[in-house]
Formats: sequence, C-alpha cells, structure tokens
Amino acid sequence: MKRLTLMCAALCLAGSVLAGEARPLAEDPVVEQRMIAISEELRCLVCQNESLAGSHAELAEDLRREIRTMIRAGKSDTEIMDFLVARYGDFVRYRPPLKGTTLLLWGGPFVLLLGGIAGLLLYLRQRNAQTDAPLDEAERRRVAALLADAEKRNVSQ
Amino acid sequence: MKRVLLIPIALFVVLLGFLAVGLNKDPHSIPSPLIDKPAPAFRLPQLGADGKTFGPEDMRGKVWILNVWASWCVSCRDEHPVLVAFSRTNTVPLVGLDYKDKPDDANRWLASFGNPYQIVAVDADGRVGIDYGVYGVPETYVIDRNGVIRYKQIGPVTQEVLDQTILPLIRKLST
Repeated sequence: MKRLTLMCAALCLAGSVLAGEARPLAEDPVVEQRMIAISEELRCLVCQNESLAGSHAELAEDLRREIRTMIRAGKSDTEIMDFLVARYGDFVRYRPPLKGTTLLLWGGPFVLLLGGIAGLLLYLRQRNAQTDAPLDEAERRRVAALLADAEKRNVSQ
Repeated sequence: MKRVLLIPIALFVVLLGFLAVGLNKDPHSIPSPLIDKPAPAFRLPQLGADGKTFGPEDMRGKVWILNVWASWCVSCRDEHPVLVAFSRTNTVPLVGLDYKDKPDDANRWLASFGNPYQIVAVDADGRVGIDYGVYGVPETYVIDRNGVIRYKQIGPVTQEVLDQTILPLIRKLST
C-alpha cells in the first residue's frame, strides 16, 4: 500500500513536471489562444484532413506565424479569415460560407434527406393501400391441412 | 415489387458515377481565388545579383510567367526540362520565385540543371508565397499585361499542360 502511494505520488509529480515543460513557447498566451481558435477553423492545404492548428507541415507553421503577426497587429478574426480565404479560397475553411458554389455542399444532405422521407412515405402509402386478397377454397383447404399436421406433430412430441 | 428493386440499383449507379468522377480528380488541385485578380505586389532581392530587386510591376505591359520553385522540391526536377526547353523558345519572360530556399543551394541547383529564368526572386521566408496562395511547390502563374493573374498551375508544368493550356493562353493574351 505504501509502495502504491509512493508510486502515485511519483506519477503525479512526473505529470506536473511534464506539464511545465510542454507549455507553449509563445510569449503571449492570449495571442496563442486566439491563434489556435482561428486555426482550428482552417484546413491545412498540405495535409488536407488536418486543421491548421494541428498540422506540422511547414506551410502550416508559416501560416500560424502569419496569423500571430496579424493578431498582434490588432486585426479582427474576420479580417484574418478573409486574408486566408483571399489567398487559398473557401476550401481553407472547415465551415465554408453559403453561396452559389457551395450551395450543393450545404443543401445536398437536406435534399437527400427529403428524398429519403418522400421515398419512405410513398412506400408506406403503397403498403397500406394493399388489401389482403381473400383465400380461395383450395388455399383454405391447404391451410387447414397444414394446421392439422402441425397439431399432430405437437401432440406426438 | 420489381420496380422497388430497381431503386437501390439506380442509387448504386449514381454513386458509381460520383466515385468515377472523384477518382479522376486531383484533390490537391484547388481552384485559386487569385485567378483574374491582380498579382500581389512584392519587392524581393534577386538571386545572384547583388542589391538588385524584383517586383511584378517591373513586368507591366508584358505577358509573363512566374514559376515558384525550390532546390529542395523534388517535383521541380520533373518540370525543369520543360521549362528549360520553353525558355529557349523566347516566348515570354519566365521569372522564378525561389521559395523558402538557401541562395547557395538554389545557385548550385540551377548550375547543375540549367537556368531557364530571366530573373529569380528570392522568397526566403515564404511570405510572398503566402500572398500567392502557394501550398505545394512547384506552382506556376501566367500574368497578363495589366498584371492580372490569368492562370495557375498547381504541381509540375508538363509538356501537355504547356502545349494545351499555357501556350494558347499566352498567344491569346499577347494579341
């Protein structure tokens, strides 16, 4: 038990030491925080499935440096976003604005959803409209025979 | 009942169509918002010319090509022979933008592979590259007489791209 406590203490201590080392090197934590908030909304163009905040590509580092400079220069988030969109297009934004070229992107899922609902309604209506055709004499006799057969088997078991 | 079965098949065919189109598209070639916009201004030192600088306004009145390259860029080697051959035809000025490179490496590279550039501007920290929306070297811009970007090639310029896209565009812009 004592050993366990000691180990826990050591682990906690190691954690705090590591946390101290891993702190970002930025001089200004406020700038850094805003930079991260902005760059999480942006796609890294080199490795397209990574955000600008998480990418280690050299271009991403340069762009983060550029964003930091703009933040220090007192630019607003929108101005910074516009700066990047003007150079790299709407593609850099994870949430592109709604306009002509992105209409399908935003509207597509809803069109598909409506199509699915329409298809389902049509199918259900069709199914409800189906009336059960009454059995004819031959079918009725067959049902009776099958039921009797099943009964017999149940009894014998 | 049969008609209902056709629906998944039809959907599958549509999906197949989308996938087929997607396969033939390069996800790295993103339409540049800079097309038909003025080429961003800059003033950069020239490679191997002490004190001399270069900026796009030096080319006013001329149709010209800006080619972003670097000595560390592997696919730049692929397009280099095409550019060297193009420069020999003296069609329009070809300006290089040496992107995030060391001047010594750049000079050595040009000495060993040939220099197709009339002028090479040195973008050591990549700032001008950002203004031009560069994200994958090599990239090539065709700029018209009024300093407007008319075409951007992302990735190496192949003989095919040169013959079928860039040269016809240059001919159109030069008349």
